[in-house]
Amino acid sequence: MFNLRTWQLGVKSLFLHPMRSALTVLGILIGVASVIWLLAVGEGISQKAQKQIEELGAENIIVRSVEPPDTGGGSSRMVTPFGLLRSEHRILANTIPTIVDVLPIREVKDKFANTANPNVKPVDGRLVGCTPEYADVTRLQIDRGHFLTHREVETGASVCVIAANLAMTLFPSDDPINKEIYLPDAKDYYRIVGVLKPKTATAAIGGSLAAQDFSKDVYIPITTMQRRMGDLIMRRSSGTFSAKQFELSQLTIRVEDVNDVPKTAELVEATLKARDPQRQDIAIVVPYELLEQARTTKVMLMLAFGLVAAISLVVGGIGIMNIMLATVTERTREIGIRRALGGKRRDIIRQFLVETIVLSVVGGLTGIMIGVLFPALYKFALYATEKIAPVTYAKLPDIAKEIEPQVVMLSIPLGFFISVIVGVVFGIYPAIRAAKMDPIEALRHE
Amino acid sequence: MNLAVRIRNLEKHYVLKSETVRALRGVSFDVPAGDYVAIMGPSGSGKSTLLNLLGCLDKPTSGSYFLGDDDVAQMNDDQLSEIRASRLGFVFQSYNLIQQLTVVENIEVPLYYMDRINAKSRQRSIALAKMVGLGERLDHRPTQLSGGQQQRVAIARSLVNDPYFILADEATGNLDSVTTAEILALFQKLNDEGRTIIMVTHEDEVAEHAKRVIRLRDGLIQSDVINTHRKVFPPEVLAKAANPSEPIPALTAG
Repeated sequence: MFNLRTWQLGVKSLFLHPMRSALTVLGILIGVASVIWLLAVGEGISQKAQKQIEELGAENIIVRSVEPPDTGGGSSRMVTPFGLLRSEHRILANTIPTIVDVLPIREVKDKFANTANPNVKPVDGRLVGCTPEYADVTRLQIDRGHFLTHREVETGASVCVIAANLAMTLFPSDDPINKEIYLPDAKDYYRIVGVLKPKTATAAIGGSLAAQDFSKDVYIPITTMQRRMGDLIMRRSSGTFSAKQFELSQLTIRVEDVNDVPKTAELVEATLKARDPQRQDIAIVVPYELLEQARTTKVMLMLAFGLVAAISLVVGGIGIMNIMLATVTERTREIGIRRALGGKRRDIIRQFLVETIVLSVVGGLTGIMIGVLFPALYKFALYATEKIAPVTYAKLPDIAKEIEPQVVMLSIPLGFFISVIVGVVFGIYPAIRAAKMDPIEALRHE
Repeated sequence: MNLAVRIRNLEKHYVLKSETVRALRGVSFDVPAGDYVAIMGPSGSGKSTLLNLLGCLDKPTSGSYFLGDDDVAQMNDDQLSEIRASRLGFVFQSYNLIQQLTVVENIEVPLYYMDRINAKSRQRSIALAKMVGLGERLDHRPTQLSGGQQQRVAIARSLVNDPYFILADEATGNLDSVTTAEILALFQKLNDEGRTIIMVTHEDEVAEHAKRVIRLRDGLIQSDVINTHRKVFPPEVLAKAANPSEPIPALTAG
């Protein structure tokens, strides 16, 4: 007897108090919408994190040289070498069978200038000594020309590839290809053979891998770097003098099978720390593990958000229950009439349950609609803030600006299902109370 | 003779604070089909208790109550509900219409609980509404009707399930004398057409329209007599009381 008439009657009864019904619906609406919103935000955050990690390459292991903290004696003439060694590069590449190859990278802060154009001031940037595979691993895309070739690395050619941003700054009006870039510190010229497409910065991960900005990079063959600059870097600035000596900044280790990554990482660590288990000047980052971690974090995030949403749903449900209890008391007479005219207890339960389900489902459906619109609303809100209150907008944390909420498809049926459940759970008690009334008493009720 | 109601030694006791109140102390009577009975008695006589038992809203402590061939006294709550929906027609003092339903929908309520609502039953409800003179107000809500009109809806509703008898509880108690006369004329007309009516009242002016008067006192029948001074409405009043222009479709299964 859950037929159309029962539902019609339920809707009719709810329209006796349209305002009251609407407010009750609002409770559920907010609950369901917040389920969808929070899941969408959670999904957006974790997708972004996963994407950043995946950019590092799940099949890679990254070992970075870490400069040890200054051990006093800044004026000391002794310069302590630190970090990864070229010999270690060879050992790793030759001994661990699961490793496909190991890419050596050396990064140095430097100054770049275009001597051909006197209007351009020298730019601070990063000089990266690397091999041709570097472009592949860091997902650098070439715009014009070509990336470093094996031949250029073998011969130690004085060529370079520069980032898009740098190309724009140093060569505002002409094509940088085959022009020369000047390094004032080293007093050296490099011929530009390639320009990259713009690339966004990667995130800082786990403290050991700082955020990387690729916009002011110059890539040269690592062999050229070693030959021309050596391993010692000296810096003079405002009367102080600092020097550091290191052979490599990073080794990117490519593993054949993603499943071998954790084991290989252990072997790499064992190899590098064979002589000194307490070695502090390297850090091993395993994006694969970070990815796993990010997945766990995602589950935690979703659970936390789900809990918040669940609370608001419970509040909405209590709202429904409250209204239905009031309704039942108010309609005692009607219940008496219905019982006298042949309504069974279960008919009364059904009638009130249908009403609560209608309330909660209407709330659920509107909540779903508003929830699905959330990403658009969010974007609009950001846009509006930017236009109306640019100062406030500037103060917003980057995460708020960058996050793209992703509505989880599952949350739509979930929201609907939950709203029905809330209706039943919080409607059943008032309905049973209505059904338990003595028809004689109920008929006499004023 | 065909009996609508057969009551034997009906007793009803209430326990109030460890004290037993014997509201009915053994009541027996028959109501043949087509009878028009007024049940009277002062307050405390057991009148309301008997009404609740007759209306299958309550169960007797002992005794039997046959409605047709079935002993209602032995039934459980769900079975009693079914009996109320299918065999009884209630008319209450305060009309007891459901506010959010229209005239026709109110008339249909017992059918709803018999699961017998269909296109034909809608025709029957409309015909009944027309019969009681509310053909123009099928879509009105109870709040848009006068007391007399509401009571007419209630009477139409009491007829929709083709009951064994109509149980009227002070049906004219809230009405003025003119409307009271109209309602009583309607009852008489229905009775003339063969409907069995049992009405509970404390007003002699109302009871004198019945064919038979049962008086209760202290939970027992004090008297059960044929009303020799019965007041009968003249045919021209009866003709105005109900509107027989249309035949009323019979109840159909399903």
